[in-house]
Amino acid sequence: MNVPTDLRYNASHEWIRPEGDTITVGVTDHAQAELTDVVFVELPAVGRAVDAGDPTAVVESVKAASDIYAPVSGEVVEVNPAVEADPALVNTDPYGNGWLFKLRVKNAADLDAMLDAAAYEALIG
Amino acid sequence: MDNLKHSPLEAAHVALGARLVQFAGWNMPVQYTSIMDEHHVVRTKAGIFDISHMGQFLVSGPGCAAWLNRLLTNNVDRLAPGQGQYTLMLNPRGGVIDDMIVYRTGEEDFLLVVNASMIEEDFAWIATHQDEPIILRNESELWAGMAIQGPQTTAVFAAACPGETLPPRNGYATTADGAIICRTGYTGEDGFEFFCPAEAGLACWEKFVTAGAAPCGLGARDTLRLEMGYPLNGSDLSPERSPLEAGLGFFVDLAKPDFIGRETLDRQHAEGTGVRLAAIQSTGKGPPPRAHYPVMTDDGTVVGELCSGVLSPSMMTGIGMAYLPTPLAKPGTPLAIDVRGRQFPAVVVKKPFYKQPARA
Repeated sequence: MNVPTDLRYNASHEWIRPEGDTITVGVTDHAQAELTDVVFVELPAVGRAVDAGDPTAVVESVKAASDIYAPVSGEVVEVNPAVEADPALVNTDPYGNGWLFKLRVKNAADLDAMLDAAAYEALIG
Repeated sequence: MDNLKHSPLEAAHVALGARLVQFAGWNMPVQYTSIMDEHHVVRTKAGIFDISHMGQFLVSGPGCAAWLNRLLTNNVDRLAPGQGQYTLMLNPRGGVIDDMIVYRTGEEDFLLVVNASMIEEDFAWIATHQDEPIILRNESELWAGMAIQGPQTTAVFAAACPGETLPPRNGYATTADGAIICRTGYTGEDGFEFFCPAEAGLACWEKFVTAGAAPCGLGARDTLRLEMGYPLNGSDLSPERSPLEAGLGFFVDLAKPDFIGRETLDRQHAEGTGVRLAAIQSTGKGPPPRAHYPVMTDDGTVVGELCSGVLSPSMMTGIGMAYLPTPLAKPGTPLAIDVRGRQFPAVVVKKPFYKQPARA
């Protein structure tokens, strides 16, 4: 499984890429492999305020719909239209063109609680 | 945990890296690579499914055809030895206990292939009605089963079973070494179901895989059957719903002598059914429909819920089935499917959802 070392992670299998006061969020390679065949992605409205742990997007495979959670509290500032048009990007490029949404982080210190690559790798065994 | 039943083919699934899930009390492969890929391989080439979880009952003895006709909705008198038919077993209220295929294997010999989840209940029900000369055997534990399905079925069979002949559509045959071949399936494609003694299962599986059948799991089995509008007992059929409500009147013979559940069916046949299982297809882009999502008329009134739903891999559109008030179950009726509080337009269509392209 690919677990890039420059990203942060949380236990519900989202990855986080911090850039200034915003983070980009997507699902990990491990998560996309478990989901398989992503056929639909539902993204949040830009401007929506979310609390850490809120279901914020939905990624659906043939078999199941899975909630994607906000890793930290913040405001949705951008979503990825490409992944709505081509949900399979979540499978083929989970850390790149398969990103889901960007949040402006409410409290930067919240990011300290996110896992680093080594810790996430240990979690998924 | 280990009341879980294990298929005689499980070692092959593990070796292939299949994802195993609990299904009807069995540890079964849901997918090997991807549901999409496995679905497409069955529509375009040939796939093989482990169906060892399904049940096999043998019924024999003088008078057993007439006896079975009292338990089942279809008419076994229409079967010559070597032929099979889809049929249903009803409770006295006309609700479905199980759907199955019955094969006439001899003049007074029948094979019933029933759903895994219903083996004990079906057999108990049948045994309750057993009459003196009828011999019943539940052989479900003795057989490995595999379904080879897809347009390349005949080529796979020829390569795997040289010297053997595939029976015609819905037909039954046995091989020189005691296996059973039934030209039936649950995908809408040409195909056959193959049953052999459990201990020979792995070798037979390997033989069909080597001959070109790609291993396919229960995930693809479900998308394939739903594209054809085939019901799944427990989802689309229930003890509260009759086969006429489920749109399966073709498999009910109201002209034959009495059978269990008939009164309700006679009444529904005369008066019509209040509800009917409708095939519903999304008309735009949207999330995949899933079981239990509410179904609404286009003015927002909830009129039912999906009993099955999926994104059709062949058509890349949402498909599902729901029991609706009969006037709404007519093809062309505009509806909406509620997904997480949002409504997506859909329409009632005629089954099957998927029509095979013409093949040379």
